[in-house]
Amino acid sequence: MPSSGYDAACLPDLLPLYYRRLFPFAQYHRWLNYGGVQKNYFQNREFSFTLKDDIYVRYQSFSTQTELEKEMLKMNPYKIDVGAIYSHRPNQHNTVKSGTFQALEKELVFDIDMTDYDDVRSCCSAAEICSKCWTLMTIAVHILDRALRDDFGFQHLLWVYSGRRGVHCWVCDEAARKLSVAARSAVAEYLSLVKGGDETVKKVVLTDPLHPFIRESLAVVERYFPQYALHEQEILSRKESVDKVLALVPEDILFLFQCCIYEGNKACSRAVGNSKGQHFEKEIMLQYCYPRLDVNVSKGVNHLLKSPFSVHPKTGRISVPMDLEELDTFDPLAVPTIRSATVLNARVSEDVKEKENEKDAAERRKIRDYKRTSLAKYVKYFDQFLDGLALSWKGELLKKSDLEKDF
Amino acid sequence: MQFSGRRRKVITSPQVELYGQALQFYGQPPLENMSLSEFESFAVDRLKLLKTIENLGVSYVKLSDDYKRKLDNESRNLNFPYRPDAVPDDRKSQVGPSEYEKRRKDHISHFILRLAYCQTEDLRRWFIQQEVDLFRYRFNGLQPKQKVEFLHKNNLQYDTISVEEKKTLQDKLVNSSHNVSGITVEDQDFYKVPFQDALDLVRTRKVYLKAGYVYIPHQDIVAIVLNDFRTRLSKALALTARSLPAVHSDERLQPLLNHLSHAYVGQDYSIQKNVGKISLEQIDSLSVKSFPLCMRQLHQALRDSHHLRHGGRMQYGLFLKGIGLSLEQALQFWRSEFIRGKVDADKFDKAYAYGIRHMFGKEGKRADYTPYSCMKVILSNLPSQGDHHGCPFRHSDPELLKQKLQFYKVSPSGISQILELVKGMHYQLACQKYFELTHSIEEASFSLNHPNQYFIESQRVLGGGKDIKREVGTPQRSQENSAARGSTTDREAAAAANAAKDLPEMTEDLDSFFQDA
Repeated sequence: MPSSGYDAACLPDLLPLYYRRLFPFAQYHRWLNYGGVQKNYFQNREFSFTLKDDIYVRYQSFSTQTELEKEMLKMNPYKIDVGAIYSHRPNQHNTVKSGTFQALEKELVFDIDMTDYDDVRSCCSAAEICSKCWTLMTIAVHILDRALRDDFGFQHLLWVYSGRRGVHCWVCDEAARKLSVAARSAVAEYLSLVKGGDETVKKVVLTDPLHPFIRESLAVVERYFPQYALHEQEILSRKESVDKVLALVPEDILFLFQCCIYEGNKACSRAVGNSKGQHFEKEIMLQYCYPRLDVNVSKGVNHLLKSPFSVHPKTGRISVPMDLEELDTFDPLAVPTIRSATVLNARVSEDVKEKENEKDAAERRKIRDYKRTSLAKYVKYFDQFLDGLALSWKGELLKKSDLEKDF
Repeated sequence: MQFSGRRRKVITSPQVELYGQALQFYGQPPLENMSLSEFESFAVDRLKLLKTIENLGVSYVKLSDDYKRKLDNESRNLNFPYRPDAVPDDRKSQVGPSEYEKRRKDHISHFILRLAYCQTEDLRRWFIQQEVDLFRYRFNGLQPKQKVEFLHKNNLQYDTISVEEKKTLQDKLVNSSHNVSGITVEDQDFYKVPFQDALDLVRTRKVYLKAGYVYIPHQDIVAIVLNDFRTRLSKALALTARSLPAVHSDERLQPLLNHLSHAYVGQDYSIQKNVGKISLEQIDSLSVKSFPLCMRQLHQALRDSHHLRHGGRMQYGLFLKGIGLSLEQALQFWRSEFIRGKVDADKFDKAYAYGIRHMFGKEGKRADYTPYSCMKVILSNLPSQGDHHGCPFRHSDPELLKQKLQFYKVSPSGISQILELVKGMHYQLACQKYFELTHSIEEASFSLNHPNQYFIESQRVLGGGKDIKREVGTPQRSQENSAARGSTTDREAAAAANAAKDLPEMTEDLDSFFQDA
C-alpha cells in the first residue's frame, strides 16, 4: 500500500509526541471503564504492548487513567492490544493460585482482513489495498453492522480501521461482553457464508429456503456488485477471471447454455429458470463479495486485538474509528498517519503559540492538541459513540444506588 | 427443613419417583451404597456406550435410521434403557434387568463418569459432547406428550408470541427453517427464546433471529433442551472438579477413575515413543509412503510455498511430534523450510519458534498438546482461504480430490470407491480405503481414527511387522487382561495397553482386586 514515504525508523521519535499530545486518554478511559458500574473493570483489563525490537509484553494492567498515561509514555509501545477483563489484575497474575486467574468478559470482536479475499480480487494481493478493493470492506461493514443490530439486537458497535488492510468491530453491549466462548462461536458461524480453503473451489452453497439473513445480505451485495465486480475488478474481462467465475457454475447449467447457443434465447431462459441450480448467480456474487471473517478471533474471550487509536507500525496509520454515516466515502489512504498527525500538530501549535502567549503554559498543554489536527473528527465520533454507551450505564448506576439505599 | 416431615408421609421413595421418567437431566446424584464391582462395571459399560456414540456420530448422520438402530442395539446389549415408553415396574415381559434397573444403571453410571471426566478441559469436552448426543437420541425417541411433560417438569418456560405477531412474521418464519410451513405457523405456538439459549440453532442458521431472540415452533424445542442440558452439565462438571481431592483420597477409587479416563478414550499419541528415530531426510519419502492424505497435503504445501498458516502448522506440527520428531528436529525442520520462503532466520526465531516450542509444552502454560485425532481434524478448525489443513475427504472439492488421487496414482476403480464413501460422509472409511489402495492390501486390520495411527499402521505394513514389539508396548499382556474382563476388540486392547505408561500395572491390580472380590 503506497504510504507516502513512511519509514518505521521515525517511530521512536514520533510515538512519544503522539502519546503525549494526541492519544485521547480521557475518552479511552471513559470507554474501558464502562461507567464504573462493575468494580475493577478497568483495573482488571489486560493490555499487551509490543515495544521496540519486537519485544512483546503481556498482562499489562493499570489502576487509573493517569497510570496508563504514565506507563505508555515511559514504555513507548509500537503496538497496543486490548484483551479481556480478568478475575484479578493481570499484572499480578503470577501471585494468583493457578487455575483461578481467568478471563471473564470482553467485547465481542470481529476482524475482517483483506488477505482473506486474495482469491477474488485482481487489483492487489497480500498487504496491499486500493480504492478498488476497499469496496469489499464497505460491503462487509454494511452487512455485519445490520446483522449485529437487527438480528442479534446489539446496539453499541464500534467499527475501527485496522491501519493496514482491514477493519475491526467491537461490540460493547453488556450482553455481548458477557457472552461465553460457545455463544461467540455461534454468532460468528451464523455470520459466515464463505467456507473452505484453497482446496475448495465453490465456497458458497445456498439451499432453499433462503434464510432472511441471506436475503438481507444479498440485498447489500447486489447494490455494489455491478460497479465493484464488473467495472472495478473486471471479473468478466479477462479469460482467466472468466474461467474462475465459470468454475462456480454448475455443470448442468453450463450444458444448458451450450445447448442454447444452438436453440435460441427463449428456450434457454425457460430451461435455466426451471433448473435446480437457480442460486448459482447469488452464490457467485456472495463468493466474490460476502464478508470473510476469522472465527478464531471472535471465539476467544481472552483474544487480544489491536487497540483503537494505536499506530500500525508497518504503515504509520492510526487505527481510527469509522463513522458509518460516511462509510461509503471512507478512504483508508487518507487516514492520518503518525507523521501527518504529529507534524501538523507541531505546525499548528507554533501558530497558536504566537497568538496565545498570554495564556498559562500549563493550561495550553492541557488542551488536548488533537482538536487542531486531522485526528479531531475521529475523536469527535468516538465521543458520540461513548455518549450512546453512557446511556446504558446510567440505568445500571441508578439501579445499583437504589439497592444500596434499601439495604 | 420443614418439608422433610411432610415428605415422610409419602409412601413412594424419591428414587422410584426419579426413575419414573425415562429421561432425566441428572440433577440429583444417586444416594445409595453399592459394591465396587458394580461401580466399575456400570462405568465401563457407559463408557462403551459413549464410545459407540462417538463413532456412530462420525460415520452416520445423527438420528438417521441406521444411527438409531445401531444405538438401540448397543443400548440393549449393555443393559441401558432404550425404549422410553417402558413402564418402570413392568417385570412381566422382561428377561434380564428390568426397566427400573436399567434406569438406575443409567443414573449411577453417569455420575461415576462425571468423576472420571471432570478433570481436564479435553476430557470434559469429550464427555459433554457424547452425553449431549445420547440425550438428543433419547429425547428424540420420546412421544410428543412426553416431551411436553419433560419440559414442564424441568422448568423451561419461555414466552409465546401473539397471533398478530405470528402473522406479521409468517414469511420470515417459513423461510428460516426447513420444517416450518405456513401451516406450522398457524397451528403451533411459537416461543421467543434469547439467542444464548439456542446456540445450536443460531450457529447453523436454522431459525429466525430478530433483536436477539429466536422464534421457535413448539416442535423444535429440542435444540433448546439440548442447550440447557449442555450448560447444566458443564457447570456441574466444574463443581465436581472441585470436590475431586476428597474422592481421590479414597484409595479404592483413584486407580479406577484414572483407568476410566485414560483407557477408553483411546490412544492419543501424546506420549512420544521412538523420539529421534526419524531423521529429517526421511520425511519427504515418508510423506508419500506412510502419511495420511491430510498430512501429505500439508507437507506438499509446505514444500511448495515454504510456509503454512497457523491451522496447518498446528495440525502438521503436532502430527510430526506424534511420529517421533524431537523439539530440536522440529525447530530445524520448520526453520529450514521457512527460510527458503519470505521469512528470514531472525523473523523465524521471533515469530514462529515460540509456537513450535509451545506445541512441545515448553512455553506458556506448558501443556503438552496432543496430536489431532480424525474427529478433531474433520469437525473443528475449519480451513478457509489460504489454508491447507483439515481432512481432504471432508474439506476438498470432490473434483480436486479426484485429481489429487489420480496424481498420486490411485486406480480409477479405487478412486470411485473413495468418492462413494465421501458422498456418504464416511470420511474416515474413505481414508482407510486410501490406505488399503496405497499399501496394496485387501482390508485394513484397524479402524482408522487418528492420523498418527495411520502412520504407525503404515510403518507396520511396510516393515513387515518387525516394529510391532518395539512400538505398541505389551500387546500380549493386555490381551490377557482384556480376555479376563470380557472385552473383545483389538483396538480396545491396544488402547488399554498403550494409553498410560503404568496402565499395565493398574489393570493387573484391578484384575487381582476383582478376583479377591
